[in-house]
Amino acid sequence: MNVVVCVKQVPDPNSPGRLDPSTHNLRRDGELVLDPGDEFGVEAGLQLTEKHGGEVTVVSMGPERALDAVRKALAMGASRGVLVCDDSLAGSDALTTAKVLAAAIRRQDFDLVLTATESTDGYTGVVPQMLAGLLDIPAVTFAKSVSYDGEVIRVERQTETGIEVVEARLPVVISVTAGVNEPRYPSLKGIMGAKQKPLDRPSPTDLGFDAGGGASAGPAITAVTAAPERAAGEIVRDEGEAAARIVEFLAARKVI
Amino acid sequence: MTVALTWVFSEIVDGKPIPAVLELLTAARSLGGAVEAVALSPDAEAAAAVLGEYGATTLLAGTDAAYAELLPGGPAADAIATLAAEHHPDVVLIAATYLGRDVAGRLAAKLDVPVVANGLGVETGGGLSVQSSIFGATQDVTTTFGQRKPAIVLLRPRSVDAESSGGGPATVVAVTVEIAEQHRSVKVVERRAEEASGPKLEEASIVVSGGRGLGDAKNFELLEQLAGLIGGAVGASRAVVDAGWVPYSMQVGQTGKTVKPSVYIACGISGAMQHTVGMKGAQTIIAINRDADAPIFKLADLGVVGDALKILPQVIEQIKARKA
Repeated sequence: MNVVVCVKQVPDPNSPGRLDPSTHNLRRDGELVLDPGDEFGVEAGLQLTEKHGGEVTVVSMGPERALDAVRKALAMGASRGVLVCDDSLAGSDALTTAKVLAAAIRRQDFDLVLTATESTDGYTGVVPQMLAGLLDIPAVTFAKSVSYDGEVIRVERQTETGIEVVEARLPVVISVTAGVNEPRYPSLKGIMGAKQKPLDRPSPTDLGFDAGGGASAGPAITAVTAAPERAAGEIVRDEGEAAARIVEFLAARKVI
Repeated sequence: MTVALTWVFSEIVDGKPIPAVLELLTAARSLGGAVEAVALSPDAEAAAAVLGEYGATTLLAGTDAAYAELLPGGPAADAIATLAAEHHPDVVLIAATYLGRDVAGRLAAKLDVPVVANGLGVETGGGLSVQSSIFGATQDVTTTFGQRKPAIVLLRPRSVDAESSGGGPATVVAVTVEIAEQHRSVKVVERRAEEASGPKLEEASIVVSGGRGLGDAKNFELLEQLAGLIGGAVGASRAVVDAGWVPYSMQVGQTGKTVKPSVYIACGISGAMQHTVGMKGAQTIIAINRDADAPIFKLADLGVVGDALKILPQVIEQIKARKA
């Protein structure tokens, strides 16, 4: 089974992001990491190919620095990487992103496409289904477990009310939730080996896109304003009195 | 963009539209133009009266029994794409539920039109624009669509108040769209419900929520005790739901529930944006966290820098003492 895993480099979720005041694009000048949500997809791909044979290819779109995120997935054990990198793609909306990823995926020999349910920075949550639509294959989203018996892919997926067990056939796009598995840490050998693994760097033209067609096609952010601040709250450092302050606060609001 | 026709994708459960659909219909009416509902579910027609009462003049209903047996997002999106090519809606409003996100993504790809996700409101005037909020609700963003139609908007449930239009039942127009073979191979073979005890999270006026900072699943007992004492419901961050500590039905945030209680008590929750979008509408927020730099403190009316596991038992004891 050959698996493509889509990954994204994002600002470290532990340091809050912001938009560039002039371009309205996401600022990427802070610490950047492989989206923690994508590690679950990489792990799921590795587990499936370890059991059923085949290779994991990671596919990403992003600036030059996103190579680090692809390399991390390679260090975890993926066999090859694809990074689409072009200035015209900066600020792409979800559909443009999905088109680029789908075009890169079509160049691979794949049976299964894995993604996270949403990126940690943009979190539109629509790219997995867009990929499926563009590749003209079905999608099963929000997988909490994925297994394969050589014929049927069986997925337990999250819904508003509980769990749905879904059976599907390859090829299919599956988005996995965090918690579907325990992503492995790259070994030292894996990290050293990652630099030697095949890396494809197609340009948008290689993928059949017109030059400069990327970001301009989507809807435009026309205003960014600071959210109305909540009135500055009271901050208490607990030195034994905090519980009493909470109780007093609740009493003042007639909760108790 | 002038809006002549808005479609509302109507998710139907047991013959009734989910509450978010009534919110979408209310938002759709504010755009001017005609409002129609589109539902793909065996029992869609049963919803015509309610959909009409909230403003849909017409219900395009696809009632193929297969919609209940298959994973519905894919076939529903393909059906709407086919119908849209015939009826040319200007806007398609979809609730940001699990099904709604599935439908919106695939529909956008099929029609080659953009989608704006995480909407909190939608308006016309200088183009169709969508309000949303990002980075843990610290920034408000307005996104304006270009000329490509239809504009697809995912609105978060409970962002708009549903108001009846007093309309009569929607006129049902039966539609039949062939379901592609690829979708027929994706079958739902089992459904298991997860139930939480206590008052319903979405309706509770007090919510006590826990995150990773509680250290262990068993510490949720403290939250249950406190919630029990003050008539609240217990919520959770995505991290602890993913870790399997508590069921998904307790998740507050982007992919969980949106709550608007009068008091929200966040214990050991750092305040990642995918959590805060689900709770920032609370009237009053109390946060307890060991990390003084945790973003949750920016939202808190009362922020306590300290260990929730030490503080919560004291709070519980003191409330018990007051009640005694």
